[in-house]
Amino acid sequence: MSTTTRQLPRWADLVLLPLLGLVAALLISAGVIALLGESPWQAMKLLVDGAFGSQESIGYSLYYATNFIFTGLAVAVAFHAGLFNIGGEGQAYIGGLGAGLVCLWCGNWPFWAVLPLAILAAAGFGAAWAFLPGWLQAKRGSHVVITTIMFNFIASALMTYLLVNVLIKPGQQSPETREFGANSWMPLANEMLTKIGINFAPTPLNLAFVLAMIALIFVWLFLWRTRWGYALRVAGQNPTAALYAGISPSGMTMLAMVLSGALAGCLGLNELMGSQHRILIDFPGGAGFVGIAVALMGRNHPVGIFLSAVLFGALYQGGSQLTFDMPHINRDMVVVIQGLVILFCGALENMFRRPLTALLGRRAERGKVES
Amino acid sequence: METYTLIVLLLAATIRVATPLLLAALAGMFSERAGVIDLALEGKMLGAAFAAAAVSTVTGSAWLGLAAGMVTSIALSLLLGLACVTYRGNQVVAAMAVNIMVGGLAPTLALAWFNLGGQTPQLEAAGQRFTEITWPWAKAAHVVPFPGMLYSELLSGHNVVVYLAALLVPTAAWVLYRTRFGLRLRAVGENPQAVDTAGISVTMLRYRAMIISGALCGIAGAYLSVAASSGFVRDMTAGKGYLALAALIFGKWRPYPTLVACLLFAFTDALAVRLQGVSLPVIGVVPVQFILALPYILTILLLAGFVGRARAPDAIGVAYSKEK
Amino acid sequence: MTADSSAALRSPALELRGIDKRFGTVHANRAVSFVVKAGSVHGLIGENGAGKSTAMNIVYGFHRADAGEILVNGRPVQIHSPQDAIAAGIGMVHQHFMLVENFTALENIVLGVEGGPLLAKGLRRARKELEQLGRDYGLEVPLDAVTETLSVGLQQRVEILKALYRKAEILILDEPTAVLTPREVDQFFLMLRRLRDQGKTVLLVTHKLREIMAITDRVTVMRQGAVVAEVETETTSPRELAEKMVGRAVLLKVDKKPAQPGGVLLSVRNIEVRDQHGVARLKNASFDLRAGEIVGVAGVAGNGQSELLEVLSGMRQPMRGEILFGDSDLVAERLDPHQRRKLGLAHVPEDRLKVGVVAGFSAQSNLILGYQDRADFNRGVFLDDRAIAVDCERKMVDYDVRPRLPALRLSAFSGGNQQKLVIAREVDCTPKVLLVGQPTRGVDIGAIEFIHQRLVALRDAGKGVLLVSVELDEILGLADRILVMAAGEIVGELSREEATEEKIGLLMAGVKGAGA
Repeated sequence: MSTTTRQLPRWADLVLLPLLGLVAALLISAGVIALLGESPWQAMKLLVDGAFGSQESIGYSLYYATNFIFTGLAVAVAFHAGLFNIGGEGQAYIGGLGAGLVCLWCGNWPFWAVLPLAILAAAGFGAAWAFLPGWLQAKRGSHVVITTIMFNFIASALMTYLLVNVLIKPGQQSPETREFGANSWMPLANEMLTKIGINFAPTPLNLAFVLAMIALIFVWLFLWRTRWGYALRVAGQNPTAALYAGISPSGMTMLAMVLSGALAGCLGLNELMGSQHRILIDFPGGAGFVGIAVALMGRNHPVGIFLSAVLFGALYQGGSQLTFDMPHINRDMVVVIQGLVILFCGALENMFRRPLTALLGRRAERGKVES
Repeated sequence: METYTLIVLLLAATIRVATPLLLAALAGMFSERAGVIDLALEGKMLGAAFAAAAVSTVTGSAWLGLAAGMVTSIALSLLLGLACVTYRGNQVVAAMAVNIMVGGLAPTLALAWFNLGGQTPQLEAAGQRFTEITWPWAKAAHVVPFPGMLYSELLSGHNVVVYLAALLVPTAAWVLYRTRFGLRLRAVGENPQAVDTAGISVTMLRYRAMIISGALCGIAGAYLSVAASSGFVRDMTAGKGYLALAALIFGKWRPYPTLVACLLFAFTDALAVRLQGVSLPVIGVVPVQFILALPYILTILLLAGFVGRARAPDAIGVAYSKEK
Repeated sequence: MTADSSAALRSPALELRGIDKRFGTVHANRAVSFVVKAGSVHGLIGENGAGKSTAMNIVYGFHRADAGEILVNGRPVQIHSPQDAIAAGIGMVHQHFMLVENFTALENIVLGVEGGPLLAKGLRRARKELEQLGRDYGLEVPLDAVTETLSVGLQQRVEILKALYRKAEILILDEPTAVLTPREVDQFFLMLRRLRDQGKTVLLVTHKLREIMAITDRVTVMRQGAVVAEVETETTSPRELAEKMVGRAVLLKVDKKPAQPGGVLLSVRNIEVRDQHGVARLKNASFDLRAGEIVGVAGVAGNGQSELLEVLSGMRQPMRGEILFGDSDLVAERLDPHQRRKLGLAHVPEDRLKVGVVAGFSAQSNLILGYQDRADFNRGVFLDDRAIAVDCERKMVDYDVRPRLPALRLSAFSGGNQQKLVIAREVDCTPKVLLVGQPTRGVDIGAIEFIHQRLVALRDAGKGVLLVSVELDEILGLADRILVMAAGEIVGELSREEATEEKIGLLMAGVKGAGA
């Protein structure tokens, strides 16, 4: 068909569109809050205050954000290879198992020896769990969306089995492992800051946040600055062109899933080594799914992912604050906002894109005219 | 005789577990045959379960609860349609949005309205729930192991939704293969352009499929909260929507094979409950988690072509646009 | 001209008046007006991109015109959807069939006109009627066969039956012969004549002059969105039509010196390719390509040329056979396209957008596709963006690509400039052998000449060029030696001197096809 596609200016695509989606999600959430008989304005104030009002709340917000950076990057890397990995939850779960086992077995080694091992195990376990769906997609054509969902359930069953029957601390009811050796705990932010003379409130924010930042930079360098990242993006945008260029699309599918799983697997570094200090049932707590919202809002770019991960971290922290002050609202409200963000920044994006394009769009000649 | 009773009871449990799976899988069949991936079965069911329990609590009528569940689920289905059909958004993203949103909204509303920490009050009064229907002479027949017990346990003694679900399988098959609507529905999931050039609106067809899917999913959700149990609790679907999707794939998007898959998956579930902690001869204790994960493992094996091959509708997951 | 007298009395079956349509900045149809007489075969001819399909999609209700009106049997009609078109008695057979592959032929035909909410009765009635239609028009098809198992020719019949079953009086056929073998084309023409003789009106959309001359009564010529001529077929000649289509005297010859072939560069032996259904797509293909020559591969689209290019470039593994290039057997060593490029085997693919580029990437990113790990594009583990941009800028100058913006998205370039970018990428690395498919498809005339000159220059530099094209003129203009393919086989080889359109045409029709 002879169409000229009108394109949005880049800034609108990258900034305005996600912001509009966020605003729409917040407006509807405000409506829900009003419906429940609370003041949306008051709720918003509590939320912001709860998220950024004190050193403590900022620490918590960033602590949650650390999880979401890992899972958001996981979704984004797969996305650039044209894959939708909704198995972040399971990969994070299994990755945490890897980190946890290292901490259980080598918890008394010096930290500098435990850390690389734990990172390797977390990334390796997560990668292995994502490799299977990747391999099945690449070699057997089973759709990665469906298989990653199935793998989430299998991961959950496997972990329940391990925690209930194998790893459980003897003589205990709740399915948890014993506490990791104290050497394997991630240094907390306030401890590290104290050493350089800064006082910071004690929060679970820990070294994993720095690792998450490194992951952000690594993903950016890999995807946009190396030939392998280039090959991965070619395979994602046009698999036939990849084949033509001698890039194996199935190889890229597997590579992307492995990287994606490795990133998701690193969640355990923050959650388990940073805060829980044991493996427990369902510790990812839905962070794998938050990663979808984070990646969508962050436009699958590390900078955007950082910003939206902080936003969601703040929502989670602020949401807990809400629970204390508003009897009719609890943290589930944050899940609603999360769903709405996915809806407006992802699925209903065209609702904003079309009018916005009409408003701002510059005509981009495509000159592609069919007979 | 002990074993026989056990088996009969196991099968009866299978039927009860299979019912919501079957209803949701049939719901998914309609949307997926029309070309829309239905990962939102989970969220629609959960929404319906909450709405049904809430309305039944307030009005005292299970039937009104069922209606409310269906309306809620249809509304969510239409939202999905808006995103996937009208705005050509990514279908997986849209479904995840619905699932996550409902997962938060249902307990939020429950907390605000009933103040029970995210669940609805117990449905105790008569008429608030769908209760078991005992067929004539079922009690008397029970003493005769065969076929009396089969009659009283398998045929008799289920609630009305179970029988409804059973009737819906041949109905769905008939609609799909014997009616004009079914022909068009199958066509639009395979080649929407062919449907468009034949002068039929792709959009309307897909919306109609979404409404049917919503209605069926609504029944499935209502079954959970006002028939199988008495009231809504947080996350009560617990992955049943995804399991239904797996059954649909396992049934290769066809009504009767899907029924078989639902029964099979439900059987593993019922078996897992029975086998909890039981030591079997030779094998020893089978981990319950393994049995529970079995349907997912089987579906993956099927999708990978290790056991048979499942061919999805051709145009599934792709928004239709005349421009392409 | 059958029934001339009665046709004169009838009002025109179809008339377009001042149809205008813009897509953004592209003016696809400019005040298009023409008249199709009832009971005639009317041709609509024009180059790719002349606006034929747009006009037909408007008539069939797929697009809406910005201005103008459509008259059917002399009465103005409002056509807003295919439904309206069907109601007005218009049927359309699209170039890409609109069939549900896993439906039976019967189900496909009744889709949309099932005759009631329940299928059984309608299907019974339809079967009877279709059997009658089949006999009347020589259009018998196995009604209960699953569509994907039918041959292309039979699938086309299903499409035509679909229109006739909907009581279409006017049949629009969009490039109907593109997928047919010459023999099938003959049968197809017979069927068209029969339709006309029974009073139907046929509108044949094509870019093939030969077909227009063979079958139509009148012909409308379109160029750049506008009607430029409407003539009785009897009173015109292919040359005249061609000139009208392109708007100036056609360049039939490319300026070039005689070839001086050197040693064999590429040697293909007994290559066989089967598709996923096990059907042979390429049978026993063998030939040599020498240094300093352009070998043209002629044939109707879909007769194995695409598979040949895919096998040679490494995008597809053959079932058996050898491809000897330099010291290696590319098949036995299973070299991928990337490794073949390194050996000096470059490839300009037939379908630029689908295969040769990533539309969402910038021009400079596209210019390293397939060469992304060349040393001069990399610095250590990282890509060297500066070097890539500089290289891109140079190629844009050398190959006259506009606009000269390396960072611009590829999709923002015109078709001709996209193709120049692909040519620049594949030619500039001075390959030993260049495989090139449909180099000028969807490319404007200025760019065509430029691209042709580049190919000849490559030949003159002592390289080998394998040129696959469905445009006979292009083959005759460029090639030094011509291979003709039919039904997956190389059925003949002609030197440029002995090659004529007639000879190639006979070979394409499989006349000399021995050993099938």
